[in-house]
Amino acid sequence: MASSTIAAGSATSSFIKKNEMGLSSFTPTSFRTRSCKRAFSKKVVSVMSPPQSERRPSTTGSVKTAMTMTEKIMARASEKSQVVPGENVWVNVDVLMTHDVCGPGTIGIFKKEFGENAKVWDREKIVIIPDHYIFTSDERANRNVDILRDFCAEQDIKYFYDIKDLGNFRANPDYKGVCHVALAQEGHCRPGEVLLGTDSHTCNAGAFGQFASGIGNTDAGFVMGTGKSLLKVPPTLRFILDGEMPSYLLAKDLILQIIGEITVAGATYKSMEFVGSAVESLTMEERMTLCNMVVEAGGKNGVVPADSTTYKYLEGKTSVEFNPVYSDDNARFLQQYAINVSKLEPLVAKPHSPDNRAMARECKDVKIDRVYIGSCTGGKTEDFLSAAKVFLASGKKVKVPTFLVPATQKVWMDLYAMAVPGSGGKTCSQIFEEAGCDTPASPSCGACLGGPRDTYARMNEPKASHVCVSTTNRNFPGRMGHKEGEIYLASPYTAAASALTGYVTDPRDYLQ
Amino acid sequence: MAAMTAALSSSVVTVRKQNPILSSYSYSQSFNPNLRISNTNFIKSPINLSLSSSSSSSRIVPVSASATDSSDTSFTAATAFHGVCYVLGENIDTDQIIPAEYLTLVPSKPEEYKKLGSFALIGLPSDQYPIKFVESGEFKSKYSIIIAGDNFGCGSSREHAPVALGAAGVTAVVAESYARIFFRNSVATGEVYPLESETRLCDECTTGDLITIELNESLLINHTTKKEYKLKPIGDAGPVIEAGGIFAYARKAGMIPTLAPSS
Repeated sequence: MASSTIAAGSATSSFIKKNEMGLSSFTPTSFRTRSCKRAFSKKVVSVMSPPQSERRPSTTGSVKTAMTMTEKIMARASEKSQVVPGENVWVNVDVLMTHDVCGPGTIGIFKKEFGENAKVWDREKIVIIPDHYIFTSDERANRNVDILRDFCAEQDIKYFYDIKDLGNFRANPDYKGVCHVALAQEGHCRPGEVLLGTDSHTCNAGAFGQFASGIGNTDAGFVMGTGKSLLKVPPTLRFILDGEMPSYLLAKDLILQIIGEITVAGATYKSMEFVGSAVESLTMEERMTLCNMVVEAGGKNGVVPADSTTYKYLEGKTSVEFNPVYSDDNARFLQQYAINVSKLEPLVAKPHSPDNRAMARECKDVKIDRVYIGSCTGGKTEDFLSAAKVFLASGKKVKVPTFLVPATQKVWMDLYAMAVPGSGGKTCSQIFEEAGCDTPASPSCGACLGGPRDTYARMNEPKASHVCVSTTNRNFPGRMGHKEGEIYLASPYTAAASALTGYVTDPRDYLQ
Repeated sequence: MAAMTAALSSSVVTVRKQNPILSSYSYSQSFNPNLRISNTNFIKSPINLSLSSSSSSSRIVPVSASATDSSDTSFTAATAFHGVCYVLGENIDTDQIIPAEYLTLVPSKPEEYKKLGSFALIGLPSDQYPIKFVESGEFKSKYSIIIAGDNFGCGSSREHAPVALGAAGVTAVVAESYARIFFRNSVATGEVYPLESETRLCDECTTGDLITIELNESLLINHTTKKEYKLKPIGDAGPVIEAGGIFAYARKAGMIPTLAPSS
């Protein structure tokens, strides 16, 4: 298989050079810290060769059972030549991620089970990212970040993206923001690996062709001590997305289409593999959007096969060698779905379920009170670029409060530094200001999941402002705060178009 | 803590209220260095071979102490659950089980664990569920069994969800089906026993009905309506549940040491 010969990590040093010269859109402060980190991780390479990369039974030429990508990743991680769906295997975990909401509980379990003085299994494979409840005066939320900090100091955890100065996030060069986007931006997502995280949207990283899935505190505490987890090999549903992406569609529309098709339990215990020419044409951030919401269909993980887009994104981000795997031609899929994306229309998920699919134009009479653009699903740089494109095309002002919460510090900087194509050099932040949006907030999970009462843009009012169009991922009752809130999930295009009219709006009204 | 809650329990059987599945890592037992994992309490099925996978388990951590030579017999397998049920519909997600604003509570801290119980199912829309699951000012619910439709526990991976139910005094959930992570977290923590019904019981039972679940017979008896229903066998998770969670299971298999390092 041609793919197995790609040693994407081998050209590391040249990638690093390129990165250091090429990343120019950042403030000098962040620039310095980034290059320091590169130098550090480069040094580590020499002492840390991945143990399982030498022998890859699942990809050698010997006689073997055809497997899907997910099966191959799990076979390699469990040191078996093959696995079959339904089999329970102990897998070696490459990266364990936790955050401020589940980290303290995970640490509690770890200490309880392995002892107060126990050491984590690998200080370089645990990534701890405070992101959920950061900019709040809630004392317990603040304490939870302190618990993470103490633990990371005690265990000498290599990747801890701390925040101490809550008044100004930019005073915290280490602080990233939303864990799933930070994992990708900081090079912790790599093809062929196993990533487990104490957050259901950990499946986001499947965009890199890795096995990534959400787990609870207890399982995470176990991984923390052993580096292992007992996982059932999932059967795979394959989604073949072909056809040319219309200019008014985004990956969010594709995944809302799929979830609407198979329902919120349609992929329970299953892997979802996304292939086809439409998927190949997607950027990494768009692939993340696709995989991010796999869990909304109940999926265990989602995967997109790694390709040149993946390798290009990873350039300069990681120095760890990785080995992508691909589904065999004759691999067995539980079911295959063929979707022609050129025929799709902009979609929303109506309250109160992500599978409550409707076309945006069918909801044009739904009056809205606010728009929210943010989260791991819809708060990445390209999500904001898409929204800016709609505002730019219309030249109008928003009619409802429009809240912008960049996922990470890097996204935030992009909004202020990156020129929007076709704007004559304007940045997203300028376009948002001209359109009358709220100033982009400090990066975090924000109001996507409600959070403490003082969370920015949280839906606290029962009636006055209870209908929201949001680029986030869930719209169950109470998800963004008040139980009576009604959330329409949509793409950044649809969200921006809706902000301009005050009603759920098909973005083709502005993007034709 | 487990003992304390037993008094409040309506359970008439062998179950310790707070640890329906059992669990070496109950909040009261977890620091006990001599956790007892007794094979003999489980006669239903031997450990599934595919689960014990000795080839990989042998690599993990060399153990000297056997997991079964302790004399502490704290571990009792649940055989039945008995109590009043609370009935829910489809797709009850984790935001309804425990809304995100309460996730600052850390389940591994005993006082915060207790508080989580007071917020269990507080996110249910009150127009659909006029009966409160936990009364204001209480930490416990009077309902120890939950009956639900499809896809119970969908949404977030927050372990606070099964923990909040367990802390409120729920021993078992009987749903038509589960979301994966909720089921897994229930098994891993031992907070609630996740059972699947063969038929749609949320249409057959009413909040307040008196229920007995006989695990050995996979049977649910509704004493109020005088009807009986079959439950599905526990399946793959059985060995882990029977061991008492993922830590107990791994100790039993010799993967991690029984004795916690001294602290």
